[in-house]
Amino acid sequence: MFAISEAPIDVVRLQRGLEADGAGAVVCFEGRVRNYNDGRAVNGLSYQAYIELAEAEGRRIVEEARGRFEVERISCVHRVGDLALGDIAVWAGVSAAHRAAAFDACRFIIDQVKARVPIWKREHYVDGVSGWLHPDGTSVTR
Amino acid sequence: MNYRLLYFASLCDAAGCAEEQVASDALDVSTLYSELAVRHGFTFTPDRLRVAVNGAFTDWNRRLADNDEVVFLPPVSGG
Repeated sequence: MFAISEAPIDVVRLQRGLEADGAGAVVCFEGRVRNYNDGRAVNGLSYQAYIELAEAEGRRIVEEARGRFEVERISCVHRVGDLALGDIAVWAGVSAAHRAAAFDACRFIIDQVKARVPIWKREHYVDGVSGWLHPDGTSVTR
Repeated sequence: MNYRLLYFASLCDAAGCAEEQVASDALDVSTLYSELAVRHGFTFTPDRLRVAVNGAFTDWNRRLADNDEVVFLPPVSGG
């Protein structure tokens, strides 16, 4: 399962979705809003997505993970909208029989989501400036 | 030909809108981007963008049909 969400991510509900009788391992990753980037103080983020394509690409990533790793259940949700410090921006969880596959699949999913899914992050800096972030990790001043 | 353009992130800022209807003689996505880049002052070169037509990724040589929805995707920064 992959989804874009305008509402805060419900971690308890997502964890419940990973339950399976054959799952001896569950690995979850939470990407949270941090108070700095590239040496600048950050006090919030806004995310925008091309939702139709983002959900299609996210589902492709989940299917690719199923083909690569011996997993039971996969869930991944990415927020859009305005987020405050500490808010969860992205959540990826995997259950599997054994921990190696769960760790590997979870890492694969979050790395692919960051690289491929059409979602963009706007950083809001403490000095009042904001800008869209580009994937080289440098902040933008316009 | 008429196209529906959606803009995201810094391309949305540069265009000053999230979507627009465009009447153009361009018959492929590459030519259409060149026109829009001039009109809106887009600074991305095509090698930094991906392109989607009607909700699916495609390539820069894609021929366009009337009323296609075209999206030029800036480098992504989710997560």
